[in-house]
Amino acid sequence: MSIFATSSSTRDPATAAPGVSGAPEPEEQTTRTRLVVRRFLRNWQAVFGLCAIVALFALAYLGPLVSPWGYAESDYTAFLQPPSADHWFGTTQIGNDVFAQTMRGLQKSLVIGLLVGVISTGLASVVGAAAGYFGGWTDRILMWFTDLLLVLPAFLIIAILSPSFRGKTWLVFVALLAAFTWMITARIVRGMTLTLKEREFVTAARFMGVPAWRIIARHILPNMASLLIIDATIAVGGAILAETGLSYFGFGVQPPDVSLGTLIASGTDSAITFPWLFLFAAGFLIVAVLSVNLVGDGLRDALDATSGRASKADEDDPAPGPVGVAA
Amino acid sequence: MTGFLLRRLANYVALCLVATFLAFGLASLTFNPLASFAERTPAPPAEVMAAKRLELQLDEPIPERFTGWMSGVVRGDFGKTITGGEISDQLVSRMGVSLRLFLIGTTVGIIAGVVIGVASAIRQYRFSDYAATIFSFVLLSTPVFVLAQLLKYGGLQLNDAAGTTVLYFQGEVTPSFQGSAAAALLDRLQHLVLPTLAIALGQIALYSRYQRSAMLDVLGSDFLRTAQAKGLTRRKALFKHGLRTALIPMATLFAFGFGLLITGGTFTERIFGWYGMGDWFVYGVQQQDTNIVATVTLFVAVLILISGWLSDVLYAALDPRIRV
Repeated sequence: MSIFATSSSTRDPATAAPGVSGAPEPEEQTTRTRLVVRRFLRNWQAVFGLCAIVALFALAYLGPLVSPWGYAESDYTAFLQPPSADHWFGTTQIGNDVFAQTMRGLQKSLVIGLLVGVISTGLASVVGAAAGYFGGWTDRILMWFTDLLLVLPAFLIIAILSPSFRGKTWLVFVALLAAFTWMITARIVRGMTLTLKEREFVTAARFMGVPAWRIIARHILPNMASLLIIDATIAVGGAILAETGLSYFGFGVQPPDVSLGTLIASGTDSAITFPWLFLFAAGFLIVAVLSVNLVGDGLRDALDATSGRASKADEDDPAPGPVGVAA
Repeated sequence: MTGFLLRRLANYVALCLVATFLAFGLASLTFNPLASFAERTPAPPAEVMAAKRLELQLDEPIPERFTGWMSGVVRGDFGKTITGGEISDQLVSRMGVSLRLFLIGTTVGIIAGVVIGVASAIRQYRFSDYAATIFSFVLLSTPVFVLAQLLKYGGLQLNDAAGTTVLYFQGEVTPSFQGSAAAALLDRLQHLVLPTLAIALGQIALYSRYQRSAMLDVLGSDFLRTAQAKGLTRRKALFKHGLRTALIPMATLFAFGFGLLITGGTFTERIFGWYGMGDWFVYGVQQQDTNIVATVTLFVAVLILISGWLSDVLYAALDPRIRV
């Protein structure tokens, strides 16, 4: 999905650049924001996705408060019971409440997905911009390293490293997931930096003696903000899938903690005879990832004027947006 | 063109070696292969543990162990597992299982993905286009381990409806199957359908989206109109000029998709009980066995190398500008 997302938005910074060199006027900024928001709201799939994500978060954090059972508690009077008034999603082989466990797993999976999406996009922008801006050996070394990580699937590396974070905090797992999922975005950021660094406002800043890291932070990265936002969203979906996949094999979130992946793994064997062990966790997982993907898609249409659907409806739009947006 | 392809090949081989070294090094650093022995009851005496330690070369520096292992690999000897079995004994049969699954799954995925993508582009905004869009959005959000389980359930329903076993979902063949060659082939096919779907469906969803947008870009282009103005029928113009151009960006994607396929294949092999390389990798990590893990990583790196190189070849074949 990410290549798809970015190939169409590569033209964005070039066209949007005039408004963004340094400090854009506040009036233009609000107009653009309002335009983007309006475009986003017009896309009902994206709005549905956003509502679903908010609802999932609310459910994951508020659900346990109203549920009479804790996720690690066992009800010794109910083993493997189907959903009932007492246990909304049924119980497991050892009497755990499936609702409480699913909510706990949903919390973990959503939080890990969000953190990894944001961190890996941040890493990608730093590596990609540094490689593109400095060029030469920095570029060669960073890109070779990127290629190397592309040859070695992240799944394999994290699985190999999994014994090292067994018994440690799940944040180590988050760091590892983020550390091995930034490569493709970094390549795209590098490509965009290469074209941006030739532009007048960057050369002007350079000749005025602005240090390189500040040019990257103030002039280069803000110009690909829309790409980075879209990419971070899509990375969240990918991160949730990666986390649950690794946890499924026991290479991710470690017991006694649960994630949707570990829940699905333990429900898989009896999925046909005791479907509630499997279906609730799997259903929430699909809905979560689908919603994130829909939001990512909607953001792309809203932020990137060149991507078709948005531009047609804007022709009769009275708002005089900045040059790049109206194009 | 030969120069271009050879340069790419050299780059890939170097990456492959470094990737394997990285996997070997990381595995050696994190794994504690003696843990499973120490937990045995009664606990093995210290001398046995020391002997095992020596046998597994745990005290030697990692680069030395890697060069030792690698020089064996060059001669076709992939070392021993921690329980003492020869890796080479299982390697061929496991590679065969994985390659059959991957090749059939990829072929089905690419062909169906391209066909569906082109069809939705030509029939843009019709019902079939919307259906394909929704279908691929849901599939792209469904992890393989959920999809495989749902397929199993579907297969079970189908078997119930048919009254006999139409589709199997355990293993690659029926154990101790007796019968003619045709019957054996049918038996294989019955085992093959569900696992192939499990890895192909995700690829179909992914490729059809890209193919659709690539084809839409081409549909509005001048050269297609020119081709029709010259007197070609629309169908001929679409397939001889349009599809060929729209396939160029896909070539890179096929190589990229292979990495995803390997992860998906691991789940598929595990869930459907195929004893392939992915299944072995999971076993290797669980047993903390460096040699198994390094062997599988080498296999994966070589596969990605080959698919990357093939996509370069495909690119060169489709795009005349690169052939200089």
